[in-house]
Formats: sequence, structure tokens, C-alpha cells
Amino acid sequence: MATTENKIATSGQPASQAFVYLPLIAGWLVPGAGHFLLRKWLRGTLISVSILAMFALGIAMQGKLYGSPHDILDLLCLVGDLCNGLLYAVTRLAGLGADQVQVTTADWGSRFIVVAGLLNVIAAVDAHNLRTGRKL
Amino acid sequence: MHPSHFAAVVLFALFASTVFAITQRETPRRMVRYGIYCFVLFVGSAIVLSWLMFLIAR
Repeated sequence: MATTENKIATSGQPASQAFVYLPLIAGWLVPGAGHFLLRKWLRGTLISVSILAMFALGIAMQGKLYGSPHDILDLLCLVGDLCNGLLYAVTRLAGLGADQVQVTTADWGSRFIVVAGLLNVIAAVDAHNLRTGRKL
Repeated sequence: MHPSHFAAVVLFALFASTVFAITQRETPRRMVRYGIYCFVLFVGSAIVLSWLMFLIAR
């Protein structure tokens, strides 16, 4: 009996460990998905709405989507944009987002998009912490 | 879409505070308190800095 339990415990450990990073990856790809996977519906909805709204507002303000960086600041902004996961890829494929900042509010828009990405990473890491039990 | 600078600050503060509150605190009560705290700090510091810049520019 004890041997069977040990076998389940040892064989079950790698399987559960393999999925430890699933909320982290899902949360990065789709805002709030990490929390949804952990059945944190309210937290996931609030995170999802906040990040999606911030990203959408950034695009609506004609914010710049960074593609090919020319200097270090562009590179940092590109990293921030990439943190949006699939949102960035879909928006770029759809041809949305400005190539250059032309109006004052577009500067705000660019910052909204970058910060939405950074908040998305914070939320994804939070989902990972919930998954590993580091946070309740 | 061309919101005013203040509207943009308020929207930014609202969304950032929401995510900060959920990710940085554990209980719902503390999340709400921390979210309000962050929102007030975001908007308050923007107003204070705006006045400072206005006075420096004069």
C-alpha cells in the first residue's frame, strides 16, 4: 500500500511540475488567462479588462507599435510591446498601430501599449506564484 | 481618439492601480485599499508635478 502511494507520489510529481509554468505562459499570451486557469475568475476578469482596455486605448490614440528598433529606447519599448503576447502579434498582423508618433496623444498611446505589456507580465508572474503556492 | 492629458492620466492610473492591487496584495480588502492608495498616488503626483512644472515655466 505504502509502496503504491510512493509510486503515485513519485510518478505524479513530474506530471504536475510539467504544468507549473502553464499559467505563466497562458497569462503572457492572453491577459488574465493564467488566473482563469486557476479559477480566479474575478481577478482574471479585472486583469483582463484592465490590460485589454489599456492596449485598445493605446491603439485608439494612434500609439506606436514598435517593430524594428533603431536605438536602445526603441528596443526597450519593443520588449514592453512584446510582453503583450498574442495581442501584439494580432495587432501587428492586422496592421493596426501607428508607425510614427504624429499627434500629442499618440505619445500617450505608445506608453499605454508598453505599460499594458509590463502589467501583463506582472499578472502572468502573479498567476505563476498562485500556481506554485507562493501566494494565496 | 484624443483624450485630454488629465483624462489619460486618470485612465492610466485606474488600470495600473487595478493590476497592482490584484498582484501585490493577497486578501480582497487589502487589494481594494492598495488599489485606492495607488490610484490616489498616481493622480496626486501627476497634479503636483504639473503645478511644479507650471510654476517653473513662469
